[in-house]
Amino acid sequence: MITTKALSFGYSAFRPVLHNISLKLDKGHIHGLLGCNGIGKTTLLKLISGIMRPQQGEVRVDGIDLAERRVDTFRELMIIPEEFDLPNISLDRFATITSPFYPRFNRNDMHRYCAEFAVNPAERLHSMSMGQRKKAYIAFALACNVSMLLLDEPTNGLDIPSKGVFRRLLAGYVDDSRMVVISTHQVADIEQLLDNIVILDQQGVALNATTAEIGAKLKFGKATAEDEVLYSERTIQGDMAVMRNVDDEESQLSIELLFNATTANRNVIAAIFEER
Amino acid sequence: MQFTDDKPIWRQIYELIAMRVLSTEWAEGSRIVSVRELAAEVGVNPNTVMRSYENLERDGIIFNRRGIGFFVSEGAVEHIRGLERQKFMEEELPKLQERLALLGLSLEVKSKK
Repeated sequence: MITTKALSFGYSAFRPVLHNISLKLDKGHIHGLLGCNGIGKTTLLKLISGIMRPQQGEVRVDGIDLAERRVDTFRELMIIPEEFDLPNISLDRFATITSPFYPRFNRNDMHRYCAEFAVNPAERLHSMSMGQRKKAYIAFALACNVSMLLLDEPTNGLDIPSKGVFRRLLAGYVDDSRMVVISTHQVADIEQLLDNIVILDQQGVALNATTAEIGAKLKFGKATAEDEVLYSERTIQGDMAVMRNVDDEESQLSIELLFNATTANRNVIAAIFEER
Repeated sequence: MQFTDDKPIWRQIYELIAMRVLSTEWAEGSRIVSVRELAAEVGVNPNTVMRSYENLERDGIIFNRRGIGFFVSEGAVEHIRGLERQKFMEEELPKLQERLALLGLSLEVKSKK
């Protein structure tokens, strides 16, 4: 479990990014971290992974303060940044050098993931395209079998078939002892993978709810006269709305609509999730 | 797998499994793939697939043998047919009748229990 308490961070006194973020992320889920550009998603992932230290507040991983910088904490944490530099060696060589930090690393797993992505682990990383390199890194990260995997815009640069492979590998990765946190703007790529949605805005955490909770409380689609419309927008299919769900029937969750509704009408949506 | 946006994904996976049972691809009495295997096959969150299995179990289409896995119930095919008939009569037929009336056509459906 990852918890943050009153976490604040700014790159300068004039540019605070995160303010008072208190968040609880459980294992057994694939969490989607959503927010507008510049709201601090990447910063939050860097704080959670220990790459940066918070200016105020704390991050706890399985109850242990990340500030203690314990080896047994860091070997369960892996982050794939959106942009990264890898040395000009093969993935196999990279894994040999780096995997001792991750006791559950499994080379067979890595080769299996590479085969799924059609990436050659013996090829030098610099001779690969950006997309190939990203897939190679994802294959390595998954094979480390850490219990907390953080991915920043993982589908950027992936071709269409690779996005399908990515979804299947991630769906097979998560279990009760593991969590994945995915920060993204490409919600359509990973909508079906997520079962918990975290939305960040200027004021902090605007929403942190499972897709089952969202489906029980909200309804998405075309509104009728009886519906209590919380948010609505014009689309090519007509007016699409977010409504209060008052019956047992559940609609398909639209993360895009949910996001826009939360951005436009934060307090109304937040109040609905506070009702028990 | 491609999903539509008219019903929740867990419901679409429920129907995918029901169709595999109805087509006898998954025979009555046989063990079906685990939640994790199906999640990895269709690229969907395992908790979402678990909801499909729980609902199939609640509807008597599959059952759980602790520690072994999920199996297709005896009589599941007939049971699904009944549920599908009910859905057709209550949801699809009224829409069809509306459309037929609009086009000036008529159709007689004999109800079967």
